[in-house]
Amino acid sequence: MPFIPHTDAERDEMLEAIGVTTIDALFDEVPMSLRASLPPEMPEGISEMALMQLMQRRAKQDEMSLSFLGAGAYEHHIPAAVWDLTNRGEFLTAYTPYQAEASQGTLQLIYEFQTMIARLTALDVANASVYDGATALAEAMLMAVRANKTNKSKRIVVAGNLNPHYIAVCEAIVSNQGLVLEVLEPDEQTGTIPTDCAPQLSEAAALVVSYPNFFGGLDPVDALTDAAAAAGALVIGVVNPTALALLKPPGQWGASGADIAVGEGQPLGIPLASGGPYLGFMCCRKAYVRQMPGRIIGRTVDQTGQPGYALTLQAREQHIRRGKATSNICTNQGLLVTAATLYLSLLGDEGLRQVALKSHAGINQLVAAAGQIEGVSRRFSGPVFHEQVLQLPVPAADVVNLMANEGILPGLALGALWAPMANCLLVNVTETKTSDDIDHFVTHLANAIEAIKSTC
Amino acid sequence: MAEVRDDVRYLATHEWVKLEADGSVVVGISDHAQDALGDVVFVELPEIGTSFVQGSEMAVVESVKAASDIYAPVSGVVVACNSALEDAPETVNDSPYDAGWFVRLTPDDPSSIESLLSPDAYQALCDDETR
Amino acid sequence: MLIFERSRSGRRAAAQHVSSKGLGLDLGDDLGEHLRQSPAGLPEVSELEVVRHYTNLSAKNFAIDRQFYPLGSCTMKYNPRGAAAAASQPGFLKRHPLAPEAQSQGYLACLYELQTYLQALTGMKAVSLTPMAGAQGEFAGVAMIRAYHQKRGDHDRVEILVPEAAHGTNPATAVMCGFVVREIPVTPEGDVDLAALQAAVGPRTAGLMMTNPSTCGVFERQIAAIAETVHEAGGLLYYDGANLNAILGKVRPGDMGFDVLHMNLHKTFATPHGGGGPGSGPVGVGERLLPFLPTPTVGQTESGTFRWLDKRDLPDTIGRLSGFMGNAGILLRAYAYARLLGGEGMQRVGAYATLNANYMAKRLTEAGFDLAYPTRRATHEFIITLAKQAKHHHVTAMDVAKRLLDYGVHAPTTYFPLLVPECLLIEPTETESKAEIDGFVAAMAAIADEIVNTPDQVTSAPHTLPVTRLDDVKAARDLDLAWLKTQPA
Repeated sequence: MPFIPHTDAERDEMLEAIGVTTIDALFDEVPMSLRASLPPEMPEGISEMALMQLMQRRAKQDEMSLSFLGAGAYEHHIPAAVWDLTNRGEFLTAYTPYQAEASQGTLQLIYEFQTMIARLTALDVANASVYDGATALAEAMLMAVRANKTNKSKRIVVAGNLNPHYIAVCEAIVSNQGLVLEVLEPDEQTGTIPTDCAPQLSEAAALVVSYPNFFGGLDPVDALTDAAAAAGALVIGVVNPTALALLKPPGQWGASGADIAVGEGQPLGIPLASGGPYLGFMCCRKAYVRQMPGRIIGRTVDQTGQPGYALTLQAREQHIRRGKATSNICTNQGLLVTAATLYLSLLGDEGLRQVALKSHAGINQLVAAAGQIEGVSRRFSGPVFHEQVLQLPVPAADVVNLMANEGILPGLALGALWAPMANCLLVNVTETKTSDDIDHFVTHLANAIEAIKSTC
Repeated sequence: MAEVRDDVRYLATHEWVKLEADGSVVVGISDHAQDALGDVVFVELPEIGTSFVQGSEMAVVESVKAASDIYAPVSGVVVACNSALEDAPETVNDSPYDAGWFVRLTPDDPSSIESLLSPDAYQALCDDETR
Repeated sequence: MLIFERSRSGRRAAAQHVSSKGLGLDLGDDLGEHLRQSPAGLPEVSELEVVRHYTNLSAKNFAIDRQFYPLGSCTMKYNPRGAAAAASQPGFLKRHPLAPEAQSQGYLACLYELQTYLQALTGMKAVSLTPMAGAQGEFAGVAMIRAYHQKRGDHDRVEILVPEAAHGTNPATAVMCGFVVREIPVTPEGDVDLAALQAAVGPRTAGLMMTNPSTCGVFERQIAAIAETVHEAGGLLYYDGANLNAILGKVRPGDMGFDVLHMNLHKTFATPHGGGGPGSGPVGVGERLLPFLPTPTVGQTESGTFRWLDKRDLPDTIGRLSGFMGNAGILLRAYAYARLLGGEGMQRVGAYATLNANYMAKRLTEAGFDLAYPTRRATHEFIITLAKQAKHHHVTAMDVAKRLLDYGVHAPTTYFPLLVPECLLIEPTETESKAEIDGFVAAMAAIADEIVNTPDQVTSAPHTLPVTRLDDVKAARDLDLAWLKTQPA
């Protein structure tokens, strides 16, 4: 019986102690009509050996040799020490740190994470994570509506070059509380948000800016932040943590800085893993901390005056405030916070900056080389971080399918998201790609384009 | 034994209300309430000038184990808040009826305070709750 | 010591540094005003320092791998290493969530089969695996109930009913979905007060959120009548799957009349708790809520291949709840667990979880502890109340919980449900042996002795951990949530 340790003798001893003869007797409060039988859809149990063979086969089926696909999840090198330590049973199988004295390892680690992520974004405080970048943004919108005392509004102005999945998730979550999302159209040529959007910002609760944006480009965050502040709207920055080693952090945008920063923490030592589990980080100015959902760890002392760490501000959370809680969140992404903290400790400012630089250099190299192919050009002008949109002379989806069959994921075909962009391919390069990889990509891209052209 | 002052009126939700000579009304929480809450860590006060309808949520008092709403005992407009509670929330525990006051209101109808619980009625309610 | 206190300017973990030398870039021209002006302030430490620092931190934690963790409603069962290894195959770890379907058949097969198993085990018509935790599953379920009524033009249904003993996420979720919450009392026997429920339902009722076994640790015997009452009034019934471990394979929520449910894979399906997550909260629905399932889900084509089902297939979906498709790695672990156990193994989970809880309840009663519901069968968990000890010896449930830590056991759930004074909610789970349970009872008996003879030992516990009781009040009053670069003198 997998994972059930009882011998028949022990089971019988226990039944006798309770005063019944069968385990079934313990279910006597359950009406007979509700007793279920063995579900036919469930196969018989298999051994661990058979399981490993099955899963190895299935995993191998999906393996690709080279990928330039980003679009919100990025392939970075993960130092070996990260998961070696994160998978320690003391981190992996620990519970939520409600009993602080028995959880000082996890609690101190999260305090260190909060510190690192707050410093990266140049804001004051951070929480212990929410599910992912998309839900972090939804929570930030709800938070902005609660916190904005100047513009008491449920309107959120959102940059139209934000990850469309994020917008979809926010719609699904915040519309239930009457929030309304208004999307700002990006400029046709640059793909960034025009700075003359002040009229739309008037009386809005918040402005959401993505940096870099979904197309990889860099918006004029200073001007946008100033415009929002002038209109009384809070600024929510959706940021890539690797990029922040190189680019201006939200706390330093414009004259007064952004108010809330959120994003996807996956690039920090978390594998692509088919989309999850990832980690949503949330940071804000000190003034808004009581409106921030999720767990927060505080440093305090014990009875002997020794420093220690504990959950704090719990009165905002569901288990105490119930119907008036800032959010219903309970379980978050603790293990991934462990991985991210280890990653950031190993890389440090300098290491993270190099990852960012090499990724940045890589995309520029790739786009320059790809631009040599006839009919291929940049779709948007202006500076980028590590992603760009290539305009192709043929449907991008066809290119993706062809190259995928050869084991290469060339990027994301944008036609499914925006019909006018059917010939557009969103390409990402990280520090894991060598010059040879880039050349390989360009060669195969050229071939794929040729093959598709000739079948037209 | 929690102190029940006899120069104020009470709500069943443990706020005390005092009618001042100038017609304004001061609101705080009772000794019984501060004891039940435990150490107060934060108080969220309304903005001066806000008007409240009787029974609506006016402020929040937060301890480690609870966050309780403070309800407006009468309809009125906020004219002052005890901003000293920002830096010293423990004042609510130390001096719930005096230095630990929350809000001062100009009531729409000063006589409405008469319909609130008398000290004896409030004492009886507390005794019931403790039983 | 914090990792920041170990930092020394110029220290590096050099093996992790990658060079972009020779790529011929002038950042000034390229990124200009977008450049960060000063470094963030991440630690500057060597690789060995990182490894030692975090390894030593891990040693300060309690964990299932080390200690017995009878946390009621949390289902702290063994996290099978085989499931983790199966889910961590390189092909799965490296797979990008947006990879084309043709290159995702292995992964999609696992998900499709998991959907099938969860449907079978819960008696529901369809499952969506996307919600990333129980609370998000609850959100999905309640949002679907809202969508259902709105689609029918029934806009008056603004109330969600919850039993007063419900988990805090229930009312929090209802409010997040724009509902008003109304609480239904629970009887001294631990059942939902049926008469009160009948009085409360009506044309404003959108639904009732509950769990079975309930948060009181007992089976809701009148579930058929409860379901009928709510359905007759036009409301829907939501099942909080937190306690599914008690009935896994033995009773199906769908058969009990529930229209929608969520499951906690990090409880029932043995995925690890990770110090606070990640979890996974798939939702299952009956016929009525099928059109509203959150997307994407996995479907099968006529030719037998698998594909994603999205808004085009489910135009009335409540939408997307995750940036990608949910906590994939956790789903694979749950799938692996289901394959290891098989149908029979699933039935044994409910059976042995119940056996362990009833045995422990019996032995604790013999040791002098008071059950909150002494006339009822324990399910997978039960509640003891320490009200007597609090009254006579001024020792609280929290004190006992802290003292248990000194005995090498993680404390059970304390002060939940709120309606039982000084309570401990205890759930051994099916993966614990009789010896472990006997050890726990012995520890409790020893503490019972201490309460009478040396109560100070209990009220000032824990004594043997890295820290003594922490100052919660200071933590909330003097907020220190991030280590400042320049510490005050």
